[in-house]
This record gives sequence, C-alpha cells and structure tokens, in this order.
Amino acid sequence: MKMTVSEPGYTLTHSEEGGGLVLTLSGRISVEDADRLLTDMEAVLSEQRVGSVQIDLADVSYIDSAGVLTFFRLEDQIRQKGSDYGYTHVPSRIRGIMALIGRAGLEKPPLRSERTHEGIIETVGDAGFKVYCDFKALMTFLGDLLAAVVYLSGHLREVRWGDVLFYMRRTGAEGFPIVGLISLLIGLIIAFMSSLQLKQFGANIYVASLVSLAIVRELGPIMTAILVAGRSASAYAAEIGTMTINDEVDALVTMGFDPIRFLAVPKLIATAIVLPLLTLYSDLFGIAGGLIVGVVGLDLTPYTYLQESQRTITLFYLLSSLLKALVFAFVIAWIGCQRGFQVRGGVAAVGAATTSAVVTSILLIVIVDSVFAVVLHYVG
Amino acid sequence: MREAEPGPVIIVDGLTARFGEETILEKISFEVYRGEILCIVGGSGCGKSTLLKHMIGLLRPAVGRVLVGGVDITAADDEQVNLIRKKIGVLFQSDALLASMTLGENVGLPLDGFAGLAPRTVQLIVRMKLGMVNLGGYENHYPAELSGGMRKRGGLARAIALDPQILFFDEPSAGLDPVNTAELETLIRGINTGLGTTMVIVSHQVELVLRIADRVMMIDSEEKGIIATGTPDELRLSASDPRVRNFLFRSDTERGEGRA
Ligand SMILES: Nc1ncnc2c1ncn2[C@@H]1O[C@H](COP(=O)(O)OP(=O)(O)OP(=O)(O)O)[C@@H](O)[C@H]1O
Ligand SMILES: [Mg+2]
Repeated sequence: MKMTVSEPGYTLTHSEEGGGLVLTLSGRISVEDADRLLTDMEAVLSEQRVGSVQIDLADVSYIDSAGVLTFFRLEDQIRQKGSDYGYTHVPSRIRGIMALIGRAGLEKPPLRSERTHEGIIETVGDAGFKVYCDFKALMTFLGDLLAAVVYLSGHLREVRWGDVLFYMRRTGAEGFPIVGLISLLIGLIIAFMSSLQLKQFGANIYVASLVSLAIVRELGPIMTAILVAGRSASAYAAEIGTMTINDEVDALVTMGFDPIRFLAVPKLIATAIVLPLLTLYSDLFGIAGGLIVGVVGLDLTPYTYLQESQRTITLFYLLSSLLKALVFAFVIAWIGCQRGFQVRGGVAAVGAATTSAVVTSILLIVIVDSVFAVVLHYVG
Repeated sequence: MREAEPGPVIIVDGLTARFGEETILEKISFEVYRGEILCIVGGSGCGKSTLLKHMIGLLRPAVGRVLVGGVDITAADDEQVNLIRKKIGVLFQSDALLASMTLGENVGLPLDGFAGLAPRTVQLIVRMKLGMVNLGGYENHYPAELSGGMRKRGGLARAIALDPQILFFDEPSAGLDPVNTAELETLIRGINTGLGTTMVIVSHQVELVLRIADRVMMIDSEEKGIIATGTPDELRLSASDPRVRNFLFRSDTERGEGRA
C-alpha cells in the first residue's frame, strides 16, 4: 500500500446516458484519496445540471470504508437537491462494506456536546466553587483520618506496622542524603551572606548564633518538610490514586477493611516518626555548613563556633522545632492521602492529584509555619 | 478486496521468546496467509499476547525472525518498521485508549498521519467507525466514563480506523455481552470479506473462534510451542491430542460421554 500518494489512485470519468449522469470510477480508492474524490465528483456535478446520477463501480479494484463514505456524502448532497442517485455494477465486496456502515449514525449529534469555553464570570464562579468543594473534602477527610487515628491508638495491634516500616524507610532513609546536602548548603549560604555584613562590625562570632537560630527555628523544619512533601506527598497521592482507579480501594472495602486505616494511617505514622528525625538531622547539617564558613572564612575555632551555637539554641527552640515537624508530617500525610483518594477517572487524574498533593501540602506547611511563628513569639 | 501479492503476509520463523531467563515460546514457526482469519488459542499465560507483540515488532525475539509483508521486522530499521505499522491495526488486551483524549480523538488518532484530511472527513470517519462497533454518539466521552466492554469496543474502532491490511486482536470479545459479541462477529466477517483484511485473533471464546476462524492455532505452555493447527473442521475430526480436544471441543466430548 502506498501511503504518500501525490497522484490519486483512482480515475474518474463521466458520461451522459438518457438525460442522467454516469460517474465511472476505476482503480483504488482509499483514505488518502477521500477528500480529493469528493472534490472531484462535486466539480463534475457543478458543471452539469442533471436529473439523476449513477455511480459505476465495476472497475474499482480496491476501496476502503473511507472511500465508500465519500459516496454516501455525495449521495446526501444530491438527494438534498432532489435528484435521483444510484449505484450500478457494485461488486459484492463493496456491497459488503456498504452494509457495514450504519448511515444513520453519521449525522447523529454526539450524546454529549463538545466542551465549550465559558465566559469569565462562569470561570471565576466555577473556580470559587471548586475551592469551596475542595476545602470541604479536605476537612471531611481530616475528620475521617483523625477518627481512624483515635480508633487505632486504642487498637495498636490493628495497625499495619509492616507498612509503617516500609514507608519509614522510603520517606526517611532514602531522604537522608538529599536533606543532608541541601541543609549543609543552606547553612553555608546563610553563614556566608551574614558574614559579609557582620565582618564589617567585627562581629564574626555572631554568625554562629545567626545561623543556628535561623536553621533551628525556621529553615530546618520548613526545608525538610518541603523536601518530604515533594518526595512523599506526591508518592502517597500517586499510589493511592492508582489503587483507586484500579478498583483496589473498593476491593479493600468489600473485604471489610477501612481504606483510611489500612492505607493512610501507616503513612501518617511513618511520616510522623521520620520527619522530626530528619529535621534534627537537617539542623545538624545546617549548623555544620555554617561551621565550615566560620572556620574557613572567619578564622573562628570550631570550639568557639559550637559553643556560641549551643548558647543560642535553647531547649524551647529545639522542642518547638520538633513539634512543628510533627505537625508538618501530619499535613503531608493528610494531603497526600486525601488527594489520592479523591482521584476519579483515568490515569491523567493521578498525575493531577500528584501535583496537587505537592502544591497543597507546601502551601499548608507555609501557612502553618506562619501561625507557629506568631504563636511561638508570644509563648516563648 | 485483496491486493494481489503472492505468498504469506506474515512468516514467523523459529521464534523463541524470552523474558530474562524465562523462555515463554521455543522455536515456533508458522505462516499467516493473505486474507485469512487465524485464531490463536491456548491456556491463560501460555504466551499468546507475547507472540502477538513479537508479530507487531513491540518485542524482539531472542532467536528467530518475523517477516511482515516480506520485511524482516526484527532486522529492519525504524523507518521500515513504521511503514509496516501503518498497514496494521492492533487491539490490545487492555483497551489501551489514551485517557487524556475523548473517544473520538482516540479513534481519529491514526488518521492524524494524513495531514491533508479535512476535519469534517475525519469526523465522519470517526463516527462511521464508532457506529461499526455500536458506540455511536460517544465521541465526546472520555475513556474513564465508559464501561469496560465499551472501552474494548473503542479500542476496536481505533484499530480499524484506517482499514489496515492486517489486524491483530487480543481478546476482542472480552467483556462483551452476547449481542455485542454477535455483532463483533459480523464486523470481523464484514471487514475480512469486504476489505480482504488478514486477521490474527487471540481469543478464549471457543464458540466464537470455531465460528469465525479460517484456521485455529493452539499454543501450549508446557511445550512452549504450537500443539495443533488446522481449520476448525480438521481439528474436530482429526485432532487426537487430549489437550486440544479438551480446550476446543469440551462441549462435544461432554455431550458424547453423557450419551454413552
Ligand atoms: N513483561 C513481562 N515480563 C516477564 N514475564 C512476562 C511479561 N509479560 C508476560 N510474561 C510472562 O509470559 C507468559 C505469557 O504471558 P502472556 O501475556 O503472553 O500470556 P497470554 O497467553 O496472553 O495469557 P492470557 O490468556 O491470560 O492473556 C506468562 O507466564 C507471563 O508471566
Ligand atoms: Mg494475553
């Protein structure tokens, strides 16, 4: 079969017989010729004024369904003008193809109209409504999740500890290198930037307290949480989302499991254990980054640097930073799992849920962090 | 309508299929003739889908060759293989519809290659094909909004969009109700006689196979190869292998035993 034809595979001739027009076709007619054939035949017809049209198909060596469709389209046009139309010498094979094509369906409008673009007001209204529904769904899931946690804290044996370990390894152990590296670099950057200023006043030693304060109070918890949100909230959403569209979640329900206890709680516990640990680790690496700048660039001894850091970090700061990490962990598991359970439809929806899990959890982490900043200011 | 080129359309020559260490099919050879309906049957997991994927060049055989239209697709370059792929239509065991597109867009996908086709023509061809598989009106639905059997038929419509010369169907009747299965049968026959399309069909539905097949080929997982080939009648009369009788003519045997 030739796929790129510059010449049509067919020849079209026409003649008049007894006041009617006969179009004789020969050769092969396939999809690539469909449009051209229609134009050719229309051109012949526009030149003549005819009472009837006959199509002679005796010499057609090959025709596919798109070719036959072309004749049907011509037929509709001619019948609309009130002329007669018919075929002669139709080989049985072509008759077979004609029978395959349900002509009634061709003009039937689809059951659902194509998506049209909405006006600006509808778009805004729609978006607003979606945010509202989304908020409601998030809160409902939060309630379910808390209920599941409360239930399982009374039934510790029912927790799937194997899964908890699995997710601890995936979220925690595999997250260590990247968290360490990024924290170290952030520590370096802060120390370097602040040293440029503090050097002018000969206040080199304050680099240590500045770095440790910034890292322990703010950057350690939030950087770690954002990294884990990117790695794990997305993974949770993708995993649960895929299970949802494959009917796996429904299968769990029919077997008598509560999908939230079964799927979400292990992830929540794992994240809640791992994120505070990762945060501590991130604090250490951040301070180490500052230490490098302090020792190499500012001629401080490691001992004085660490002593100054230790003086700055109070137990209160450390505990509040761990508390923050715990809340962030909850946010990550909550949003990640909710987005997964929310998936409806096909694979594309899983992708959307994954993205949304990351964006929403990071947004919420930042909001929660600002609340903490204000509250801790008054408490501390 | 057949285009006169002599010889078999597909030649599978000493094909061995492996996944890693595991051999699924061992040195199998057979031919598919122009315009015939070849049905491949065999127990679940015996390698039918794997064989199909080798025949369309999605998997490369560990040993052996596959010739489609005279071209060895195991050795051909991408351009040649693509040229051959345009002549074949494939219905996968999973419907393989693209989730991000409507059913109509899915079916119109193979027509995209013909840049010259007017949108109206594409629309009509899509409607025609959807009508053939009994899905008229569903062109703007997304695959996720359809039932399993409807998606299967959608995949079928996409496979036949271009009236290809060779059609590969993996379980075309899976998930279809009896009425739709009967119509599928009519459609397969119509395409086969009207367009002279060569068809390779994998199916578990024995009654359907025995009705539509010009030839039946049975694969067995223990032999890792073909244990019987022939027309349904030949197999019914002469197949002595109990595995073949049990698989294809179980109802005959049971009826016979019942009488005895
Ligand atoms: N991607 C893969 N990797 C490893 N093994 C595979 C892979 N795909 C299939 N197999 C193995 O190859 C064998 C044949 O699989 P195949 O899908 O071809 O079976 P089938 O005959 O189509 O079965 P069914 O009738 O159930 O569809 C099976 O044992 C399966 O485990
Ligand atoms: Mg299979």
